[in-house]
Amino acid sequence: MKIAIPASAPSLDAPMDSRFGRSAYFILVDTDTMQWEAHENPAVHASGGAGLQAVQFLSQFGTQAVISCDFGPNATTALSAAGILMYQCNSPLTVREAVSQLSAGQLHQVHNATNPGHHGK
Amino acid sequence: MGSNTASTPRPLRIAVASGKGGTGKTTVAVSLALSLIEPPPTATSQPQVAFLDCDVEGPNAHLYLRPIFDRREDVVILVPEVDASKCTVCGKCAEVCQYHAILVLGTTPLVFPHLCHGCGSCAQICPENAISEQPHPIGVVEAGITPHGIFFARGMLQAGEPLATPIIRRLKQWAIPPSTSSHSVIIFDAPPGTSCPVVETARGADFLLLVTEPTPFGLHDLRLAAQVAGELGIPAGVVINRDGIGDESVASFCASAGLPILMRIPFQRAISEGIAQGRALLDIHPEYRTGFWNMFQHIQDLLAHHSQMGTLRQLATDSQ
Repeated sequence: MKIAIPASAPSLDAPMDSRFGRSAYFILVDTDTMQWEAHENPAVHASGGAGLQAVQFLSQFGTQAVISCDFGPNATTALSAAGILMYQCNSPLTVREAVSQLSAGQLHQVHNATNPGHHGK
Repeated sequence: MGSNTASTPRPLRIAVASGKGGTGKTTVAVSLALSLIEPPPTATSQPQVAFLDCDVEGPNAHLYLRPIFDRREDVVILVPEVDASKCTVCGKCAEVCQYHAILVLGTTPLVFPHLCHGCGSCAQICPENAISEQPHPIGVVEAGITPHGIFFARGMLQAGEPLATPIIRRLKQWAIPPSTSSHSVIIFDAPPGTSCPVVETARGADFLLLVTEPTPFGLHDLRLAAQVAGELGIPAGVVINRDGIGDESVASFCASAGLPILMRIPFQRAISEGIAQGRALLDIHPEYRTGFWNMFQHIQDLLAHHSQMGTLRQLATDSQ
């Protein structure tokens, strides 16, 4: 499965970024082969709709799931529409730890927004 | 700068801004309006005053001026609606949208009305004509006359809507159509801060009255507000409210930035209590009426001097 994780640096051992839409990087990991690549998030400085822009960006790589600490309402709508699964981790992890927890079935899937969104704040 | 060629004189537009919220912007704007409508006996003119409360996220000037509203209009922006039967999912609408209010993922575009700024680009660019624009209400504008005879208008952003700027733009057009204005002075009470809504309020103003308090917070936000005035090319002056607290750093900033300090209002328990009870400053201290009138004269002098400077500069460049 191809998953995307918001990260603060372009590395598997980087700490996850606690926000989804405005993370500095996304690490895309193929959990079958553990091959990974890092992409700068084009939405990091968006004036608004950062989560949406991030989803549009991730969808072009055939992303099937996202691990994040939080999902805003707009991003949740867009991820659902794109058929991308959402997994939440409650404590900040490194990207590598997040992937292994997902593989071990330790992360729970979410279907609704986990925070009221940052728009206008 | 505004051309002044029409036969009817253009009203003098004064925007009152503060940078920092809770500084006394509305207190100053309301006092200025009241002192103009009932000028001191020595005054040679009586201006016709209009007051626009542009703080559409939290309008409060009506509490002091008590207008009776008799005109009201909804403010709408046009947001896209996609006809799924015509859409080919080409994604051009999503590409053109600067605000990511429209997204193409899978089989049909998703529209996020709260992010839409109503620019209409998506409908323009759609090759299939699949996008129509539907009105989406975001607030209201209201107008009426106060017991003092001030024309009063305000805008109110609907709770949950993020866009204040279109309401302010509409408020200014709707309340004061340029062709029919009989007012000689228009006062704009700006929202706090220095973001888009403040710029929209100040746009087209002849003078920016910056209200501040003599504290590090006041100074920080005054710097930003003064930058906005500079960027917009609007001459500005400062009112120091709660004078007596803090330090002299605001005064020295004003001196170095060439910002005239037009008035100081002392920090006084009687003033704070009166304002909190919904009384205007001029009710609490009627002697301020003359002070505000004099400040208005001072602003007119500054503007006359400013346009003269402009003319001199123009002459200097022409002769080169």
